Amino acid sequence: MAVVSVPKKKRKDDTRLAILFIAPALAGFLVFMIWPTLRGIYLSFTSFNLLTPPEFNGLDNYIRMVQDPVFWNSMVVTVYYVIINIALQTAFALAIAVMMQRLTKRTWLRGVVLTPYLVSNVVAALIFLWILDYQLGLGNRVLELIGMDRIAFLADSAWVIPTIAVINVWRHVGYTALLIFAGLQTIPETMYEAGRMDGASELTMFRRITLPLLRPILALVLIITVVGSFQVFDTVAVTTRGGPVDSSRVLQYYIYDMAFGRFQFGYASAMSVALLLVLIVITFLQYRLTRAEQSDLA
Amino acid sequence: MATTALPVSTPPLAEPPPPEKTGFPYGRTLAWIFMVLVILASLFPFYWMLRTALSSNNALYAGSDSLLPVQPSWGGFERVFGLQSGQEAIDAGGAGQPINFWHYLANSVIVSTLITAGQVFFSAMAAYAFARLQWRHREKVFLFFLAGLMIPAIFTLLPNFVLIKELGLVDTLLGISLPTMLMTPFAVFFLRQFFLGISREVEEAAHVDGASKVRVFFRLIIPMSTAPLATLGILTYITSWNDYFWPLMVSYTDRSRVLTVALGVFKSQTPQTGPDWSGLMAATLVAALPMLLLFLFFAKRIVNSIGFSGIK
Repeated sequence: MAVVSVPKKKRKDDTRLAILFIAPALAGFLVFMIWPTLRGIYLSFTSFNLLTPPEFNGLDNYIRMVQDPVFWNSMVVTVYYVIINIALQTAFALAIAVMMQRLTKRTWLRGVVLTPYLVSNVVAALIFLWILDYQLGLGNRVLELIGMDRIAFLADSAWVIPTIAVINVWRHVGYTALLIFAGLQTIPETMYEAGRMDGASELTMFRRITLPLLRPILALVLIITVVGSFQVFDTVAVTTRGGPVDSSRVLQYYIYDMAFGRFQFGYASAMSVALLLVLIVITFLQYRLTRAEQSDLA
Repeated sequence: MATTALPVSTPPLAEPPPPEKTGFPYGRTLAWIFMVLVILASLFPFYWMLRTALSSNNALYAGSDSLLPVQPSWGGFERVFGLQSGQEAIDAGGAGQPINFWHYLANSVIVSTLITAGQVFFSAMAAYAFARLQWRHREKVFLFFLAGLMIPAIFTLLPNFVLIKELGLVDTLLGISLPTMLMTPFAVFFLRQFFLGISREVEEAAHVDGASKVRVFFRLIIPMSTAPLATLGILTYITSWNDYFWPLMVSYTDRSRVLTVALGVFKSQTPQTGPDWSGLMAATLVAALPMLLLFLFFAKRIVNSIGFSGIK
């Protein structure tokens, strides 16, 4: 192309400058994301206690894992947690998002709903540890006042996982609702106007317009929240430490305990790989089942 | 109040006038009741934390029904900031060990500031290289970065701990900050999307005036992008402030203990029988308050940043 020559001619190729600009981020990416990923996979085939160099031991860790009843129990507990957590959270988030859409789009309301998300999991866990305390907790006082028995929410093996799931719903539901709310904004208002002209009720419009058009967004939200939910750790670590017995020993807590409590980094890494594989499979399945890539709006 | 009850979901037949104007809006009322309950559920636990923090610990049992602080006192906060003598603290149901949350507060501020400043700045540089500079393999390298979004953070924690240990950074604030200080794939992606949207003409005008690309980045792009940079910064600050798992791995002593980890330690130190609830809630409040204040100032920005603008 004929370009009028400017006194200081600019090189079209910025490779040198680009390397300079990208170097810190690339270093961080390679050193703290790619390298650890590869290393985590490598360590899963070794016996490693952090003090002496890792020793390759083939599939030993994986064989042990398959035979480890505590591992399988952790897997079951985690899946149980994820099911309760995701079911409640998605239902409530969807309800909140739709109500906000139809009632008021004011920022203050979205702000209020998001407030619990601003505090850490640790803070949320401690607040509810107190509210649900067996002796002094307000929750049990209320149960008593309405004539029910007290419940040892975090000390009873039947209640502990549902309780932890609800605590985390409290913290995350607002965030999820806002994600869905953002998705709702992509549905053209004219659809609802047309629905109203035809005399459709809010409920019919929800079923016939909102849900189908929201599906791709909902699928994406589900993938994000399920992957997050599988990584539950903070709440368990602060409230129950896996107890009573192993009833709240979620996988991530077992992995942490194996690494930092018993210094079996090799075995802990193998279980991390297992969790990673589970997450990959679940993401893939969800993607296929929900046809997240297709929109009905087009 | 209208007393005639009509089922909410009855589809109005063709005849009646527009539904908004007929009688009492049952559906809307129910919806508002639901929303009020949601608001209460969101905010009440915070009030209860405050109410307990301001109560005397020993009076909590007798006053468990009281909605207001029981025998209001600053005792909980005094124990949190190490202002009570050991014996006083034990009498009030505390642990008796001196703790000083100012120190943890300072650690949290340092870690979150390091991470935020580093991550936003370095990610902005990388994002600019991906959005505006011309170089070979640009798209390939960018895709490689994007693949990082797929790696769950939790998978890299154990090996990263091994690495931090090898670097001799265990139990240091730098060790806590380093893994997220240089970039996250999300930050690079988020900023690249924005830079792509900046009009090229402004930049080209600057180039014609003889400004170098480095100068354009610092003098033009960054000032024009304060809004997304601030949004990303606030989100990063909140995330790093609230992080628990990673700092728990890296910090062993007070030297590098951040608030979330300190809270966990404080909780495990409190006596099992008759815990120091008012002290614990005071500590929890201290840990939560900075982010709640941040939210108060930037609520609009934070709320509006949540969506799929970047991801889709």
